[in-house]
Amino acid sequence: MATTNEKDWPLWEIFIQSKRGLDHKHVGSLHAADARMAIENARDVYTRRNEGNSIWAVRAADIHASKPEDQGAFFDPADDKVYRHPTFYPMPEGVKYI
Amino acid sequence: MSEQEALFRYTLRMGDNSLVLGHRNSEWCGHGPVLEEDIAQANIALDLIGQARNYLTYAGEVEAKFRPSALPTGQAGPLRTEDDLAYLRGEREYINVQLVELPKGDYARTIVRSFLFDAFHLPLQQALTTSKDERLKGIAEKAVKEVTYHLRHSSEWLVRFGDGTEESHRRAQEALDDLWRYTGELFTPDEAEEVLAKAGIAPKLADVKQEWSATVDRVLKEATLKRPADGWMASGGKKGIHTEHLGPMLAEMQTLQRSYPGVEW
Repeated sequence: MATTNEKDWPLWEIFIQSKRGLDHKHVGSLHAADARMAIENARDVYTRRNEGNSIWAVRAADIHASKPEDQGAFFDPADDKVYRHPTFYPMPEGVKYI
Repeated sequence: MSEQEALFRYTLRMGDNSLVLGHRNSEWCGHGPVLEEDIAQANIALDLIGQARNYLTYAGEVEAKFRPSALPTGQAGPLRTEDDLAYLRGEREYINVQLVELPKGDYARTIVRSFLFDAFHLPLQQALTTSKDERLKGIAEKAVKEVTYHLRHSSEWLVRFGDGTEESHRRAQEALDDLWRYTGELFTPDEAEEVLAKAGIAPKLADVKQEWSATVDRVLKEATLKRPADGWMASGGKKGIHTEHLGPMLAEMQTLQRSYPGVEW
């Protein structure tokens, strides 16, 4: 299969919503020339087995990620702040899914 | 021709058109220009083969009710299944239009062929959703959604090719000029199609052509491609007369069943 398109066609990250009301979840990526093609390709690549009813396509280049080397400074300080978790409250009876 | 016999030939043709085009499209599997298109073509091929299964199963059931004297080797007898009809008929017994049997060519040619067929297939299936035949109606209701996507896919790519680079434009226009002569057959009714149109079971092909023509004009305009003039048109597929390309395709498609009759896996 030709691979030259990888130079020309940008990478898109694909998010699929499986049911109305649920979040769009990241399912993978693909190459496409533009948004319309990205969504049609996503339909063919990622929804063949009834996985979804809505597709989001985002240019991979438009996603900005935190850096692995920032991990310590970013996330470790939260480790010892248990009071930020709502675990000190008695749960009312009958409340589910928390 | 009795209505039953017309219905047999009609469902057989619908099945043959879908099966042969589905097989041609499936030839891209593993050879697509890009991975995403490879999968798209395989999806479309599977849709078409699924439609063929519905039509051929029905054709076998209709056929069992009478003797199809119009078929070269037709005989009344036990029910022919979808597999019998797909794998055990020779080239002259296939009655698909010639457009669908032509080689896949380059990707522009595949797209142009699909577009010319899809633009015909969609209004045809839409019309069949109001058929007086319940079974045809049911098959069409499912097929309409699939074919809507096929037309969207082929139109999209035709515009990209036509309105793309100089080379993609040239290849798309060449394919269009070359394939145009196979579009006449789509709209020339045979006896079966005339009988069923009168009975309200199938649409008049002249009506389908109007919609086809409007779609073709609209998409070609967007694709900056030129609609070829109507000249000599090829025909014969509906009578079992085919181009040189169908035989080898069927040989490949049928080789397993011909070599190991009745094999299952």
